[in-house]
Amino acid sequence: MSGRNGTTVEQIEQALRRGPAHSRESGAGRGARKDAAAEAALAAAQRLSERVSEQGLADISYAPVDSPFGELLLAASEQGLLRLAFPEEDEDAVLERLAARVSPRIVQAPARLDRVRRELDEYFEGRRRAFELPLDWTLVGTFGRRVLGATAQIPYGRVATYTEVAAEAGSPRGSRAAGNALGANPIPIVVPCHRVLRGSGALGGYAGGLPRKQFLLELEGAR
Amino acid sequence: MPRRYAGVSATHPRDNGLPPFQRFLDAEREVVWRYLVAQVGAAEAEDCFQETFMAALRAYPRLRAQSNMRAWVLTIAQHKALDAHRARGRRPQPIAEQDGREDTAPSAQEQLLAREGELWQAVAALPDRQRSAVVLRYVADLPHREIAAAMDCSVEAARRSLHEGLTKLRKAVPA
Repeated sequence: MSGRNGTTVEQIEQALRRGPAHSRESGAGRGARKDAAAEAALAAAQRLSERVSEQGLADISYAPVDSPFGELLLAASEQGLLRLAFPEEDEDAVLERLAARVSPRIVQAPARLDRVRRELDEYFEGRRRAFELPLDWTLVGTFGRRVLGATAQIPYGRVATYTEVAAEAGSPRGSRAAGNALGANPIPIVVPCHRVLRGSGALGGYAGGLPRKQFLLELEGAR
Repeated sequence: MPRRYAGVSATHPRDNGLPPFQRFLDAEREVVWRYLVAQVGAAEAEDCFQETFMAALRAYPRLRAQSNMRAWVLTIAQHKALDAHRARGRRPQPIAEQDGREDTAPSAQEQLLAREGELWQAVAALPDRQRSAVVLRYVADLPHREIAAAMDCSVEAARRSLHEGLTKLRKAVPA
């Protein structure tokens, strides 16, 4: 189908599909142009995420952070640190649960997590004994909040038993319930559930795995 | 004609099955970027992109999970692009404009780019609805039904705008 005074519709369609040549210097065909568009779009999206995070338009900002355990996922709201996920937790699953339980306005914005990253680095280097971060307890229920609140009072390098923590939380016979609440701690390391042991001195449990609990206790000089 | 993307629902903003915004941004950023570069040119695409996704983020918790999110965000992008056009009061120059190169014989590549330049000048000169339809079809790669959703018109009207736009482009660009 050729126009008397123009190009064929097929030629027009092909050229339109290639998109505008805004990456002319690369001088290459469709593939390179698409890559340039992909890179430009990625950079623009990263600026968007940092910007909305900074302006408080996003409800949750998250970022991966290096640690001796591998890459942790940190997520914070305006109130404070909301979640710390170990490397083996699936990132999509963690983010989807945050979207369902808190808000879907979630962006990846590393700058927002700078302070948490710094305090964690200092902790793992043995230079920090207490976190001074605001925390967001949205993911924790009433009982869990009492248990984790009591846990947060255990000083660096010290340990308590499940029974002691349960009693402190106002549930003297509920050491199993306290154990469950500790196991569901959404902010491990920072809320030091690794400092809670069995009465016998045995490690008990740890959502991140017992070797990590042992590592943290040794780091703090408690074992 | 029912909209395919009912943006507003009265449900509780939490737990409405929406993916995390970052995942939506990851999935749609490139199509929106290419759409905006075609609509307003590379120089203004950045501002329009930021405004589009800021607006999308504000409205996001009220969106229904089963909405056509691509058509939804392209509708916003379209409004931002039209705003940009109006703000300037002129048509965009999205293309490879001629720069002062040495006077060697143009390569086949350069000839192709020059012709594409004319094509995109012609796209920029189309009436708003025809330009939107053409860009949604060929740059954003949407089927007719989704073009209609993004333009908030009937499928028939979308087809017509597309056809009229293509006919003008064919006449405008030399063989």
